[in-house]
Amino acid sequence: MVTTPVLSSGLDLQASFVEALAGMGVAPGVARLLWLPLPMVTVLVAAVVGVLVNVWLERKISAAVQQRIGPEYAGPLGVLQPMADGLKLVFKEDIIPARADGLLFTLGPVLVLVPVILSWLVVPFGQNLLISNVGVGIFLWIALSSIQPIGLLMSGYSSNNKYSLLGGLRAAAQSISYEIPLALAVLAVVMMSNSLSTVDIVDQQSGAGIFSWNIWRQPVGFVIFWICALAECERLPFDLPEAEEELVAGYQTEYSGMKFALFYLGSYINLVLSALLVAVLYLGGWSFPVPVEWIAGWFHIPIDAPALQVVTGTLGIVMTVLKAYLLVFFAILLRWTVPRVRIDQLLDLGWKFLLPIALVNLLVTAALKLAFPAVFGG
Amino acid sequence: MTIASTTQQICFVLLSAAVVLGSLGVVLLPNIVYSAFLLGGVFLSVSGLYLLLNASFVAAAQILVYVGAVNVLILFAIMLVNKKENLSAIPGLALRRVLSGLVCAGLFGLIMRVAFTTAWALPGPVPVGEEATIRIGEHLFSDYLLPFELASVLLLMAMIGAIVLARRDVFASDVITGEPVDQGLIEKARTPLLIETPNPQLQETR
Repeated sequence: MVTTPVLSSGLDLQASFVEALAGMGVAPGVARLLWLPLPMVTVLVAAVVGVLVNVWLERKISAAVQQRIGPEYAGPLGVLQPMADGLKLVFKEDIIPARADGLLFTLGPVLVLVPVILSWLVVPFGQNLLISNVGVGIFLWIALSSIQPIGLLMSGYSSNNKYSLLGGLRAAAQSISYEIPLALAVLAVVMMSNSLSTVDIVDQQSGAGIFSWNIWRQPVGFVIFWICALAECERLPFDLPEAEEELVAGYQTEYSGMKFALFYLGSYINLVLSALLVAVLYLGGWSFPVPVEWIAGWFHIPIDAPALQVVTGTLGIVMTVLKAYLLVFFAILLRWTVPRVRIDQLLDLGWKFLLPIALVNLLVTAALKLAFPAVFGG
Repeated sequence: MTIASTTQQICFVLLSAAVVLGSLGVVLLPNIVYSAFLLGGVFLSVSGLYLLLNASFVAAAQILVYVGAVNVLILFAIMLVNKKENLSAIPGLALRRVLSGLVCAGLFGLIMRVAFTTAWALPGPVPVGEEATIRIGEHLFSDYLLPFELASVLLLMAMIGAIVLARRDVFASDVITGEPVDQGLIEKARTPLLIETPNPQLQETR
């Protein structure tokens, strides 16, 4: 249930940090205040590094798909290429078109990026390894991601360009249509775990290793969620808002320099975030395919040994990131394999196919939960 | 005074200022697009106030429903009919403005009187915090069941109305007037959209 406090098993870095500072004679309140920005900055840096990795992967995998070599001169295997891309964008001239609305033009990219970064608040990398275990958890992410279309409409409108406006309108329509099946797929998972909190959702999947992951109990929900997440990120089968042949670059047409970089960052952070959330909701989050408790039992190591705690924490982070990047790999492969859908096909898929399927999935989950409360969460 | 309560007071002052100034902007700004964007800002600030009251579920629902759905649809409607037209001058505009200002000031006075004469229970009820999600669910399916269901019927009626208005081309005649319907924006085989029709206004000016 939502109200039960999470058992303080696993690492609690905050408590250790506060204790260590208190040992040096710092007041506990001040120590807690000093702790506050640390996880936020860590996650922000992790998100940006994740984007750099993502850009490099995108370049290398697309090259491999098209039988090219891809970037290779900037650093070993071209790993510094994303840094070079970023530096180029920093030094580009920042242009605001002559008859554009300067204020809205600047505010648009910010409104696109900020909700995405805020959503990292609820992504857990371990039992206590998240910024805040808020009770509304996954619902917060759904609510925050609904702010994004406003930023897209704002930048589309203020650019004073017909392609931008059309791209912004398309982006908003797409994100409204795909939010509903997305929320319904999440709702089925939430119904099984009796909680909106991301930590509880992962805990509910950690009973029997890989076999207790939600993907076996929610295969349809997994597919719906993944399609909708790709559509929300405007990844290729669904990248209509910036379809080059029709709309130049959609709402990004008039942007350059850092403002364009904000859009770029936002879309890649969103992709990594969606992959992380798929991992959390359906692939058991930080849990190893074989539960760590079992392995510890086989070797007769007490579960609360400090060394094992560190190993478990590290393994949790590695597993979460590994699962997420596996999904990112699939997203990139999809982008370079599948052609783009048309706008009417996109809306048809969202409203006439995914929405009814998601509703049926929710109903079936409810029925199974009533029939087999032991397996589907009582 | 602890750090937490100071932060809370600063946040309260900032959010309230944002709500008051934002809503004044929504009403007074001449540009309708700015008004719509400011409305989104006001909704966000209100959800911030809910967060300060420890009602995180209500705050998230506020963002999802009002910012994510209502405000986006308002913006959508404004941008789809993105038409710059100069409205014809209304006679006696100054007098109308004074009158409506008086009405608003009167309402404001009444509300302030209520706020100051009511004996508010201090401190207010203790927030239930994370348990609120469960409580809201219980209330929706027990003592607030009838309003909940009535609201859904209302939404259904609005939806059917919207479909009837939007898909008038399906019906051969208008549902209300009984006259044959010919919607200009939908291309039909007998009347293609790109047909050369002389513009009556242009002829007049000639």
